[in-house]
Formats: sequence, structure tokens, C-alpha cells
Amino acid sequence: MTTSTVKTPAKSPYWAGFRDGLPFILMAAPFATVFGVIATDAGLTLAQAMGFSVLVIAGASQFAAIQMMIENASIAFVLLAALAVNLRMAMYSASLVPYLGAAPLWQRVLVAYLNFDQTYIVSVARYESRPEMTVSERVAYFVGVATPIVPFWVGMTFVGIIAGAAIPEAWALDFIMPIMFLAMVAPMVKSLAHVAATCVSMSVALALINLPSGTGLLIAAGAAMLTGALVEIWMEGRKA
Amino acid sequence: MTYTAAEIWLIIAIMGVGTFLIRFSFLGLIGNRPMPSFVLRLLRFTPVAVLPGMVAPLVLWPPATGGDPDPIRMLAALATVAVGIWTRNVLWAITAGAVTLYGAMAMTALI
Repeated sequence: MTTSTVKTPAKSPYWAGFRDGLPFILMAAPFATVFGVIATDAGLTLAQAMGFSVLVIAGASQFAAIQMMIENASIAFVLLAALAVNLRMAMYSASLVPYLGAAPLWQRVLVAYLNFDQTYIVSVARYESRPEMTVSERVAYFVGVATPIVPFWVGMTFVGIIAGAAIPEAWALDFIMPIMFLAMVAPMVKSLAHVAATCVSMSVALALINLPSGTGLLIAAGAAMLTGALVEIWMEGRKA
Repeated sequence: MTYTAAEIWLIIAIMGVGTFLIRFSFLGLIGNRPMPSFVLRLLRFTPVAVLPGMVAPLVLWPPATGGDPDPIRMLAALATVAVGIWTRNVLWAITAGAVTLYGAMAMTALI
């Protein structure tokens, strides 16, 4: 009998999480590097760019903030656009309640700080497949997933800041950010409702381009969210 | 960029606190009460509602060319989206976009 196909049970939930978080270094490292480069290019100081990566740890919203700042939007609009990108995390937070709601406050604070796309998606998949996990095992697993990712996020931002100062204008860095956004969104477009939301977002934003910076985007995003939700309800109604 | 250092730090601080509060919201404060399902539905669409609207003008009228449409940038955007939808993988999509952008730039530089 061979045992090679049998999954070795992980020694502890923390290390199981650590192992499952490792592959995401591949994703966090380039993102963070590009953030460092772009933030420096936009005119942020080293401390400010690092401040973003340590205090916010949310790639898409960090890029969104820099983009709005490059466009000299008012502070309120920079914040609205950047925080809107993070609203999905309220959904993550809500869906973690059944698994982690009973944990002590300081652990829930820690999980909240580390609750970004990768940690959330990996952890919830684990919780669903192993309902026997205790609350403290779940917290340990969650923190385990974050452990390899966060140092790379912060460290590679620093590398990007240092490298960014040396990158010449001819590299068309202005367009790396749109590419990053498109690359983040394209895999999320997985239903007709998502397609509809995307189309509304783009067309309303383009139509309102002459409004003060940020205003058109805000209206576009609201209209797109509503469109996505309504199309989804309509599709569910047709299926039923 | 025309912000003072204090304004930039204000943005960073509010984003840090705001993002934490969004993440903490239900887990920390609201507890086990269920969210209205329509709100959950709306929240699910935020990334696809915000990011495309932010990118579309940058693709059609890039500030780096003074707002003139640029075929190279459009091509790179198309490649990113196509590979992103096809592979469902962020890194492949970025690679496709960057390779197209720099490949096309190198080619036009040679011609």
C-alpha cells in the first residue's frame, strides 16, 4: 500500500494555514512592488507609500487612491472611491461571523486587520470543508494564511519604492495601473449580472467624464451595483 | 499631485481606519444579526462596479498622451481583459497586458 496519495494531516491549524498561504506570495509580491513603484512615481514619500501598505493592506484600494490622487480629486472623493473598492470586505466580514463570531475580541480584531481577498477565500473554503474545526483552530488557521503573505506585501512595497526612483519615464508606467485593475476585474466577471454591472460602470463613467473628478465614477459605481443586483435577481427568477 | 504632506497622511489614516472598520464591521460590532440580502447582493458587485468605471477613461483617453487615443494602450487593455477572462488568473492577465504594452512599444520604436 502506498501512502503517497493520502493527505498528510497538518501538524497544527496555524501551520496548515501557513502552507496554504505560501502560494499567494507569488501574487502579493509583484502587486506590492508595482504599488511601491507607482506611489513613488505619483510623488509619495517612502514613509507615505509604506504607510499605505502597512495600514491599509488592500491592493486594489491602494491603487485606486493613488489614481484619484494623480487626478487631483478632492480628498473626499479619493476616500470615497478607495473605500468603495473595499466595501466587498464588509461581505467577507459578515460571512465570517458564523465561523469566528464566538472568538475573543482581540482575535476578531486581528482577523479583521488581516481580512483581505486571499486570506478570506482560502480560510472560508477550509472552514466549509472541515465543520469540525473549533473556533480557536479557525483563528489560528486564518492567521497562518496571512503569515507568509503580509511580510512580502510590506517588504516588496519597499523594494518597489527604491526601484521606482530609478525607472525612466519611457516605461509607460501610467498604464501599468489600468492593466492591474483590468487584470483584477476580468476574472471576477463570471455571470451576466457581472457583465451588466461592468458595462454600466464603464458607460456611465465615460458619459459623465466632464463632471468634477470622482463624481462621475461615484454615480457610475452606484448605478452599476444596482444593475448587477437587479440582473442577478431577475436571472434567479427565471431559473426558479 | 497637489496635496500637502498632512493631507496625504490624512488620506492614509482615514483609509486605514475605514478599511479596518469595514473588515471589522459584522465580525466585531454587528455580531450574528443577518444582513438584509439585498445589501449583501449590492456589496458583492462593488469591485466590478468601481474598477471598470475608473479604468475606461484611462484606456480611451490616456493622460500620458494628452488624452489622445493610443492604439498600443488599447491593445494592451484588450489583451489583459481577454486573458483575464480566459484564464481567470490575475497574474496571467497582468503578464499578457504588460507583454503587449512593452512588445508593441518596442515594435513601434523599431519601425
